[in-house]
Order: sequence, then C-alpha cells, then structure tokens
Amino acid sequence: MDFLEDFPSMGRGDLRDFKKAVDAGFRGFSREYGEALETFFEPLLFFMVWFEKLLTNTPWPVILVVIGALAWIGSRNWRLTAGSVVAFAVIGYFGMWEDTMATLAIISVATIVCIAVGIPFGILMARSDRAQSVITPVLDVMQTIPSFVYLIPVVMLLGIGKVPGLLAVCIYALPPIVRLTNLGIRLVDAEVMEAAHAFGANYKQRLWGVQVPLALPNIFAGVNQTIMMALAMVVIASMIGVKGLGVPVLRAISNQYLALGLMNGLAIVAVAIIFDRVSQQYGKRLQKHREGGHGV
Amino acid sequence: MVSDIKVSIKNLYKIFGPNPASVLDQAKAGVSKADLLEQHGHVLGLKDVNIDIKARGIQVIMGLSGSGKSTLIRHINRLIEPTAGEIVIDGQDVLAMSDEELLNFRRFKASMVFQKFALLPHRTVADNAAYGLMIQGIEKKEALERSQRWVERVGLAGFENHYPAQLSGGMQQRVGLARALATDAEILLMDEAFSALDPLIRTDMQDVLLDLQSELHKTIIFITHDLDEALRIGDDIAILRDGAVIQQGSPQEIVLNPADDYVADFIQDINRARVLEVRSVMDSKKPRSGAKVESNTIIEDALQAIKDNEGKPLIVTEDGKAVGSVTIEAMIDAIARPEKDGERNPAYR
Ligand SMILES: Nc1ncnc2c1ncn2[C@@H]1O[C@H](COP(=O)(O)OP(=O)(O)OP(=O)(O)O)[C@@H](O)[C@H]1O
Ligand SMILES: [Mg+2]
Repeated sequence: MDFLEDFPSMGRGDLRDFKKAVDAGFRGFSREYGEALETFFEPLLFFMVWFEKLLTNTPWPVILVVIGALAWIGSRNWRLTAGSVVAFAVIGYFGMWEDTMATLAIISVATIVCIAVGIPFGILMARSDRAQSVITPVLDVMQTIPSFVYLIPVVMLLGIGKVPGLLAVCIYALPPIVRLTNLGIRLVDAEVMEAAHAFGANYKQRLWGVQVPLALPNIFAGVNQTIMMALAMVVIASMIGVKGLGVPVLRAISNQYLALGLMNGLAIVAVAIIFDRVSQQYGKRLQKHREGGHGV
Repeated sequence: MVSDIKVSIKNLYKIFGPNPASVLDQAKAGVSKADLLEQHGHVLGLKDVNIDIKARGIQVIMGLSGSGKSTLIRHINRLIEPTAGEIVIDGQDVLAMSDEELLNFRRFKASMVFQKFALLPHRTVADNAAYGLMIQGIEKKEALERSQRWVERVGLAGFENHYPAQLSGGMQQRVGLARALATDAEILLMDEAFSALDPLIRTDMQDVLLDLQSELHKTIIFITHDLDEALRIGDDIAILRDGAVIQQGSPQEIVLNPADDYVADFIQDINRARVLEVRSVMDSKKPRSGAKVESNTIIEDALQAIKDNEGKPLIVTEDGKAVGSVTIEAMIDAIARPEKDGERNPAYR
C-alpha cells in the first residue's frame, strides 16, 4: 500500500549526495575554468564598458540627434522619428537618462552578440537536417527554462557583473534569430535555388548570393525579436549587476515605490516600441523590390 | 554523322524512393510505373530512355504532366542523379565528372531556362542577366558589360534597372533567356520555358528563340507539353509517357506515323496543313511542266500554289532540282484526319 501512495523516490540520503556531487563538480569546474572564461570574455567586457561610457559621456543633444537620425534612416517616417526623439526627451526630463543609456548599451551589445552568434548557427541549421535536429531542442530549452535557473551557474562561473548579465540576456534572446535565419533560408524558393545550382554556383555563392539575401526579411524579423527579448530581460539582468533601467525597478519592487517602478517600466516600454517600429519599417523597406508595380 | 551527336542519353533509369537500386531490376524487367508504386513504393521517373540529341538543333521533349520531362532534362546537367544509365556530352561522361568538373560544366557548357523564371528577386534585370558570368568568377563590371548585349538582344533595353517583380511574365522570361545566353554555353536547357506565358506572348517568345537560334546554332533541349509549340520549334521531337520514350523523330514523321494511340491522341487536333511539308506527301513522278515548290513548303502554302495553277500537280524541287511531284489529292489525303481505328482509350485525355 505504501508503495502506491508514496512515489518510490531515491531516498533522502542518496538525493543529498547526488546534489552535492553535482554542486561540487560544477564548483570544481568553475574554480578550474572560471578565470579562463573571464579572460575569454574580457574583450567583450572592455567593449561594453567603452560603449556604455560613450553613451553616457556624450552630451545629450548629440544623442538625441543620433537617435533621430537612426530612426529616420531606419523608417523614413518623420512621425516615427519625431516620436522617438520626444520619447527620449521625456525620459531624460523624468531623470532616467543615465539608466536609459546604460540599458541601450547592454541591449545593443547583446543584439550584436546574438547576431554574430545566431546567424552562423541558423545557417548551419539550414544546411544540415542533422544540425537542425540537434540545435532545435537546445533552443527550446533556452527559451523555456526559467531565467533564474540559468542565472545560478552563470553567477557561479562569472560572479556578478556586466558579462554574466550579458550572457543571461543572450541566452534568452538568441533563439529567435537562430530559428528565423534557419527558417528564412529553408523557405527560399526552390526554383531559384535550382537556378543557382544550374548555373554552377558553389556553396558560398549560393549562400551569400541567394540564400542569405532572400532570407533577409526573415533574418531581420529575428533581429527584431531578439531586441524585444533582450529588453524583456533588462530587469532580471539588473539582479546580477547590470546597470540600467532594471535597477530602479528592482528597488521599486522591494520598497513598494509605485511611481518609480511605473516610470522606469514605461521607459523600457518606450524604448522597446521605438526599436520595434523602426526595425520593422526597415525590414519592410528591405523587401520593397519584391512588390510589383512599375517604375522604379 | 556520329560526331554530330552532342548529347547522348543511354539506357537511363531514374527511380524515386527510399531504395531505388533495390527495384531497378524489376523496372528493367518491365514492371509498370503503377505496379512499381503500388507493390514496391517507388516512383518510376524514367525508364530506359535512349535519345541522341543532335548538335545545333532544337530537340523537343514532349509529354503530359508527370511523364518525366523535368526529370529527364535535369539529368543532362546532373541536377538529378540517375539510378542507372549513361549521359555522354561531347564524348565526355557527365556521370563521371568530379564536383569541380561538374561546376565548370554547368558554368560554361550548359545553361538553363526555367518555367517559373527563377530570377533573383533582389537583383535588377542587368544583374540577373549577368548572374551566370558572375558565378564564373568574372568581375561585376565586365560581367555587366558582356551581358548587356543579351539584355538588348532579347528586347529589354531600358529595363536594366528594374526588378523582376516589376516586369510582366514575358519580360521576366526574356531576362531568364538573357541570363542563359550570356554565359555562351553551347547547350541550352529549357524546361517548359514558355508554358507560363499567355498564348500571344508565348508565340512571341518562340519567335525570339527561333530568331536567336538561326544566328547562334546552339544545341537546345526544349521541354513542352504543348504540341503546337513542339511542332513549331522542334527539329526533332521525343515523346515521353510514364517515363519511357514512346516515339522520336521529326515533326513530319510523328504527324504522319504516330506510334500509338497516345501519340495519335496528341496530334489529332493539330492543323496538319501547317505542319506537313510537301516532301512528305510527294511521289517520285516528275512531270515535265508545272509550277515549282520547294520540298519543305508546308501543304497550306502548296495548296495555294496549286489553286493558282488551276489544280495541276506541282513539281517538287530541292535546291532547284526536281525531285518529284505532288497532287492536290495527295495533299488533301494527308491533311484529312486519319481514320480512328476503334475506340481510343480515353484515359490519356
Ligand atoms: N523528388 C521526387 N520524388 C518522388 N517522385 C518524384 C520526384 N520528382 C519527380 N517525381 C515523380 O516523377 C514523375 C515525373 O515527374 P516530372 O516532374 O519529371 O514530370 P513532368 O513531365 O516534368 O511533369 P510536369 O509537366 O507536370 O512538369 C512524376 O510521377 C513525379 O511524381
Ligand atoms: Mg516539369
């Protein structure tokens, strides 16, 4: 009877030993390689620090102009451009300029890292079904595992700071760009690919001349998703020492400061919407030549 | 004349399925396409295809949908690997080529035009036309210069900076043609290249092709399911059914002597007076007087000539020399629809 009521579990002692062994193993690993990993990520840390300093030290009017210019180049839409500039001005007026710049810095670096890592993986997945069947479950885990869970090993390995924060953001934000790069390449019109084959294009020529350009709208949708997901991680990243809009939000939670939490939360939303709209407009412009209609 | 064969396809078999080699013997023993699918789960794509394609001519390959035309043409540049058989081009075994040789073969020797154009949507007309040259490794500037001539030749001057999506179907296929011609390949593979076009535009494109061919003398392998098109442009025609060649020959031979009901059904609705030439219906009597017609005059024109000569037989000439004569009765016999012997199998229609 007992057997049916209580799940036949491992037994307390064994379980404790098991957990201890895993912890000890990982601790040993981090003692052994933690330093090496830190050195490995040093250039990245250097770049992040430099970029954040650049954003915070540049006079705010210059930043506003740059934001306006980028919004215009991306969207070619003056309302969006004006909206972006006004939104940042308001953010600054409410005293959140510095935190916003720090957030922009980490989001930008995270996006760059995700693009640099994600697109090659997407290409690899598109090239071989084997790779796809291996990488897909990994991406599933990355997207579904609660972020707090992977914060633990990341912090054990690298401590608290910018690099572990960046890593946490990237783990969460990487999957969409990998998936959409893979999808975009696989969706390239089979007849166009056949034409490339028929004219004797080799793998490189097919990849860069046909697959990647034709997959670009999808790849771009992946970049957009990645940015959005990175922004969603801002608060969690601030728990392990990343500066930015997440820090005041955390403070607001523990002290029940409603206004502070709302303001910073809304600032994150504003930045997200601007990034989203501008990059979507840009993505649309990338595909313009596909539409019919005469006269260039 | 053996040296005039450009592409020689010998005993070619293609079977689609999980393990083609395992059912090859059955296919060779003559198991039908339907049985092979039902009993062995494999699709018989091509069955013992033997075709010798002459240099500098237009070889048409014709058949209904699913008869294996696309499969066959893709064997010539090895976009599809055969299950068994041989493909020899200019004495070289295509199947024995290394990857490198195959790439060069596709780059320099055989180019292709596609049914749905298959242009690069993100490149302009000029860039698309230069695509093959750029794949060859030629620098963009020079490639564009060289392909410009073909853009003009197919009638697209002024559209260089348009994108494919901005062009009509006919114009897009002109780009496809320019792209294929620009590489100077001797062999042109055209898979239903004009099938997606409106009838008028299609005739237009056939004219463009025939006009180019009279100047370039390429070896063209042209696939179509349209008999009128086949008769109009083909020097030779091969007819495929269920992956097997059931008849090959000149348009004249096929129209006069259809090999079986399938072919007969194919040709029953054509305007025979426009296809048959007087040489196919003449007899060897050589009357001393009468009007002359060249032996390759089509019956429609010869009838007109006979009418102008009060119905008297015409002298058929070849290079100015009389080779026979043709009477009005013989011509009318030839263009009358052949008697149907019994019911034809309606399954082909
Ligand atoms: N990759 C494939 N796998 C399995 N069967 C195939 C494959 N490709 C072609 N087939 C089969 O081979 C046969 C010949 O196909 P193919 O595309 O060559 O016909 P087609 O004559 O070009 O027809 P259409 O006029 O419709 O283009 C068909 O029965 C088709 O279903
Ligand atoms: Mg086909």
